[in-house]
Amino acid sequence: MPGASSLLTPRGWAWFLGLGAVLVIGVPLLNAVPPAGAALQLPDYLVPLLGKYLCYALLALSLDLIWGYAGILSLGHGAFFALGGYAMGMHLMRQIGTRGVYANAELPDFMVFLNWKALPWYWWGFDHFTFAALMVVLVPGVLALVFGWFAFRSRVTGVYLSIITQALTYALWLAFFRNDMGFGGNNGLTDFKDIFGFDLHAASTRRGLYIASVIALGLGYLACRFIVASKLGRLLLALRDAESRVRFLGYSVDHAKLFVFTIAAVLAGIAGALYVPQVGIINPSEFSTANSIEIAIWVAVGGRGTLLGAIIGAIAINFAKSWLTGSLPEAWLFVLGALFVLVTLAFPQGILGLSAQFRGLRGRGRGAPPAPVPGEEGAP
Amino acid sequence: MSAELASLADGQTAPLLYLDGVTVSFDGFKALNGLSFIVGPGEIRSVIGPNGAGKTTMMDVITGKTRPDSGTVFFDGSHDLTRLDEAAIANLGIGRKFQKPTVFENLTVFENLELAQAGPRGIGRTLLAKLAGAERDVIAEMIRTIGLAGRERSIAGALSHGQKQWLEIGMLLIQDQRLLLLDEPVAGMTDRETEATAALVLSLAGSRTVVVVEHDMEFVRSLDTRVTVLHEGAVLADGSIDFVQSQPDVVEVYLGR
Repeated sequence: MPGASSLLTPRGWAWFLGLGAVLVIGVPLLNAVPPAGAALQLPDYLVPLLGKYLCYALLALSLDLIWGYAGILSLGHGAFFALGGYAMGMHLMRQIGTRGVYANAELPDFMVFLNWKALPWYWWGFDHFTFAALMVVLVPGVLALVFGWFAFRSRVTGVYLSIITQALTYALWLAFFRNDMGFGGNNGLTDFKDIFGFDLHAASTRRGLYIASVIALGLGYLACRFIVASKLGRLLLALRDAESRVRFLGYSVDHAKLFVFTIAAVLAGIAGALYVPQVGIINPSEFSTANSIEIAIWVAVGGRGTLLGAIIGAIAINFAKSWLTGSLPEAWLFVLGALFVLVTLAFPQGILGLSAQFRGLRGRGRGAPPAPVPGEEGAP
Repeated sequence: MSAELASLADGQTAPLLYLDGVTVSFDGFKALNGLSFIVGPGEIRSVIGPNGAGKTTMMDVITGKTRPDSGTVFFDGSHDLTRLDEAAIANLGIGRKFQKPTVFENLTVFENLELAQAGPRGIGRTLLAKLAGAERDVIAEMIRTIGLAGRERSIAGALSHGQKQWLEIGMLLIQDQRLLLLDEPVAGMTDRETEATAALVLSLAGSRTVVVVEHDMEFVRSLDTRVTVLHEGAVLADGSIDFVQSQPDVVEVYLGR
């Protein structure tokens, strides 16, 4: 783990930049340069898949910031991801223009199908990428700010907070299912054509989106590192472990929580916005409660309170998921459940804590409290 | 108006802490029952009383953790503590040491003191805070004062019980508060540690105002300050330790047992 008080150690920077270069330059080169079918060629379908994993990694990273450091176990974090995704999806829908099934320049296909006559006001502006990009950040951010303000001010902590975050994402899930909400109902938004005029199905566009995902993850990691390495980061650990003590020191626990909760929601929204063009669809299932719980599992498996662990956990589990759902689909949920139980009971510090654990150290990593049982934190 | 309030009106200095007629009930049980309690600036005051006398509840009321049902609580003349939350009260200059030592177990000794150190408390300022050399020196000095030299990089959770107590006292001191509320500061300490703590508390006389809640009579005796005895949420006796120990009703409810 890099030194706590600097952004990254010199060795950390070497790793960060080295790995970043491999991902940004190496992977696209392997995809683009060797002829298709060559042994070293990275197949086209793998590029958006890797990009998807990186979006999940950014999402997990943002959850680790609030769960691992501030003890806020949000089990509705997928909602912010989905909202960012919808904002991007709305922009991509507007980009379709007259190329839809109904060739309607004014309305997306699903609105024509529903016999709508005019574009609802909340779709205005999404023709412009800058506006959509702003919404990607603002919608999750403002929702987190308002939701967090009420929750933290009322001192809802621990398992109660987890439950109301589940309720939040469940409510959004129900709402986005409704056709008259104007977000495509059950089917969501799909059939995207291009982004910035580039064909979304072209290998080069997918490489570009993949590279954008690497960069977003890298910057997100640095942003989170900046927060956790600062005095505020130490304050977060302090309030995770002894919230009332922090109050008696004169800090506003509510403001500190609200700050990271909002930052985490924004990062999740950005992850969702990068995810949607790479998978080609956004629908209400992204709001499902199970999705949000899965994010917490990625973080727990990777090792919470480490940032890096969240990234590793998200990528490893999703890689396993892609592989298992292909070869043994019915086993996946059992594997996921077993993994979570095993990690909670046997490897409380996750993958990143394994080496310390096997060295027989007590290894009380600063960010890694003894038992990552969901909902246990909060009230000391 | 109690005799205590009347004596204050005799033209002494204005009180730093002023509680009058404070009542707190939990499900009908009156934890505080019309409590009046006044501490002057620079004073060191011991508060004793049997379990359930309301000592900790009084601390809770002063620090904003518990809102009284009735009564007035003023700090430094003009600040109505019943209207402020914990953080605002802490920022007025009231610090508290908990009964059970409460330090940040996953942070080092140094980091515990860094967070407690007087300074800006806003989120943005905290995010961008850079520890100045002078602040570093103050922390190092405090680590020596509380006898933890050489342990600055230890995780606070690994300290002994007595060391945690000292670390928490150090956090209060470095917070630079005017009023320190110490809830059983020597619980779980060895005799030598207790003596050292008494010396530390006494050295604060004049520069800080200290209210010590304690069960350990030896410690209270060694402080040799004015003692307030609480019983059933109100003041039972008040005066020197010898005076209160000679009161028959005090002996009956507390010391005699």
